Amino acid sequence: MKSWLQHTFMHALVLVGLAALFFVLSEYHAGNLARIMIFAVYAMGYNIMFGYTGLLSLGHALFFSAGLYGLTLSMHLLNIPAAFALVLGILASIIVSGVVGFFALRTRGVAFMIVTLMFAQAGFLAILLAGKYTRGDEGIVLAQATRSIGSIDLSDATTRYFAAYLLFALAYGFCAYLVQSGFGRTLIGIRENEERAQMLGYNVQRHKWIAVVISGTLSGLAGAAFALLWGYAGATFATVQYSIYPLLYVLLGGAGTLIGPLLGTAFMFYLIDFASEITPAYMLIAGVTLIALTLFLPHGLAGELRRRWLRWLP
Amino acid sequence: MDFGPYLFFASLEGAVTSAVLALIAVGLSLVFGIMRVVNVAHGEFYMLGAVFAWYVTSLIGGHPAIGFVTALIIAPLLVGLLAAAADYLILQRIEYDPERTIVATIGLLYIIQQSTLMGFGPDARPVEAPFNERIALPWFEFGESGFAMTWPWGFSTTSYKLAVIAAAVVLLLLLWLVLSRTRIGLVMRATQLDKDMATAHGIPVAKVYALVFGLGAALAALGAVLVVPIQQAHYLMGGEPLLLAFIVVIIGGLGSLPGTVVAAVLIGLSDGIISVFFTPTLAKIIATLLVAFVLVFRPQGLFGKHLA
Repeated sequence: MKSWLQHTFMHALVLVGLAALFFVLSEYHAGNLARIMIFAVYAMGYNIMFGYTGLLSLGHALFFSAGLYGLTLSMHLLNIPAAFALVLGILASIIVSGVVGFFALRTRGVAFMIVTLMFAQAGFLAILLAGKYTRGDEGIVLAQATRSIGSIDLSDATTRYFAAYLLFALAYGFCAYLVQSGFGRTLIGIRENEERAQMLGYNVQRHKWIAVVISGTLSGLAGAAFALLWGYAGATFATVQYSIYPLLYVLLGGAGTLIGPLLGTAFMFYLIDFASEITPAYMLIAGVTLIALTLFLPHGLAGELRRRWLRWLP
Repeated sequence: MDFGPYLFFASLEGAVTSAVLALIAVGLSLVFGIMRVVNVAHGEFYMLGAVFAWYVTSLIGGHPAIGFVTALIIAPLLVGLLAAAADYLILQRIEYDPERTIVATIGLLYIIQQSTLMGFGPDARPVEAPFNERIALPWFEFGESGFAMTWPWGFSTTSYKLAVIAAAVVLLLLLWLVLSRTRIGLVMRATQLDKDMATAHGIPVAKVYALVFGLGAALAALGAVLVVPIQQAHYLMGGEPLLLAFIVVIIGGLGSLPGTVVAAVLIGLSDGIISVFFTPTLAKIIATLLVAFVLVFRPQGLFGKHLA
């Protein structure tokens, strides 16, 4: 059981390390890291579909914004308390990903990418169309007083960090469990050879659909948490750019690895942050990274680590 | 004046959209049909065409027609060369693997768009049309007193817009001639049918691919040069036509050129008509959902006969 030990060691290193970093980093970088952890949850959700099941979606912003707006609208328009609104946000992303998955999974390959892209585009336009409620591009700012669960004020920097940390740890633990479970291994089997999985008697279509819903729900959870912790929701989060981000994070970190999404999100976040200080054309760095990755590092950072040195990396 | 004339005016505006859209979409369809590549950066090649046209026309003085005609030749040529280079440097190296190709063209999209933002700037810039006379539109009616023509009745178009439609028709016919009647067209069709067999017969498939990718981009750039006197050049102008071209190519049947042209006319006309009478956002939602459901339930496209 050597690999079991190695896995446990890595999980502990990641989780203890992230908690300890709060006390080491400056306030600015701790704030960034909180953001990175939330977006890493988004990327981990994306990774379930892209990395483990082999389904490339170009429309995950739809799931992210389903959670984002599910929470924001129920808090802003219906005055629902934050904890319950969080549940509603998650529920919204379950429903949206369930419906999108049901239709999109009838296609495969390139058609699947375009269908998810089109659904997300329709969702983005619907947010603009309902501008009376969503305030479109301008967005909604949630009142600070409403952003608390029980007596915990989530707009405070320290609680925000640990709320993000808690969420990340839960999602990380869930993914770690999922990928070594029978279900997760079946997904990998589908990714590697769909016909064989089918022939072995697995219900491939159903497995894929569940993968889409899990992936969409994690993404929606990240969206809802983002709105709650930073108190803002705008149509920008539903644009194609926010569908590209998780793809970029996962590709950079390593698709189909547990630690990849976190690595990729952290690297890309600081790269874009750095680039946007120099030029308004900061998405140039995203473009260059995408092409460099496809040409020179198709397995991503963690994928390359696993290929070269750490065969046991989950 | 009743409903009819408005519809006539709206369809004329739509015909201009259709003409340009047909050029862009045929470029996209050509690349998909022959290379099986979904080029997400196609809209950026279109944008580059407009931007190059602005540079060329602002460099060349004299009558606006001289600059415009030069732009009409140079801009598509430059864009085509750039695209062929991208194919050679990037797409060939990843061997056109579908997923990695999409990711790479997304990267290309950002590189082109953001470099333009850095070089050309965030402003929209106009290009002067070579000729631009106002033409008042006539309207024919069978009234109580028999056949009658009302002229002018308020709406007008410009000679340039009519020339855009004519130019697009000529260019599409020319493309059809090249593809069906010349040796280079034959080579392209052979590559489309069976890449390995073409290689076995000594066709340099890699060169054909670079040519097709360049040609597809050049068609988009041509559409952009034609439209830039009406619309102005801007670094974000590629997004909308990309989406429309996707819609057209999918509804027309992936890779089918005649289907693409028919769908472009249909979508262009309905876009013109719908945006005169309804809110454009709602129209776009319906169009994107339509595309999604066409792909889900009728992947061969509305006009296609067999699976793409």
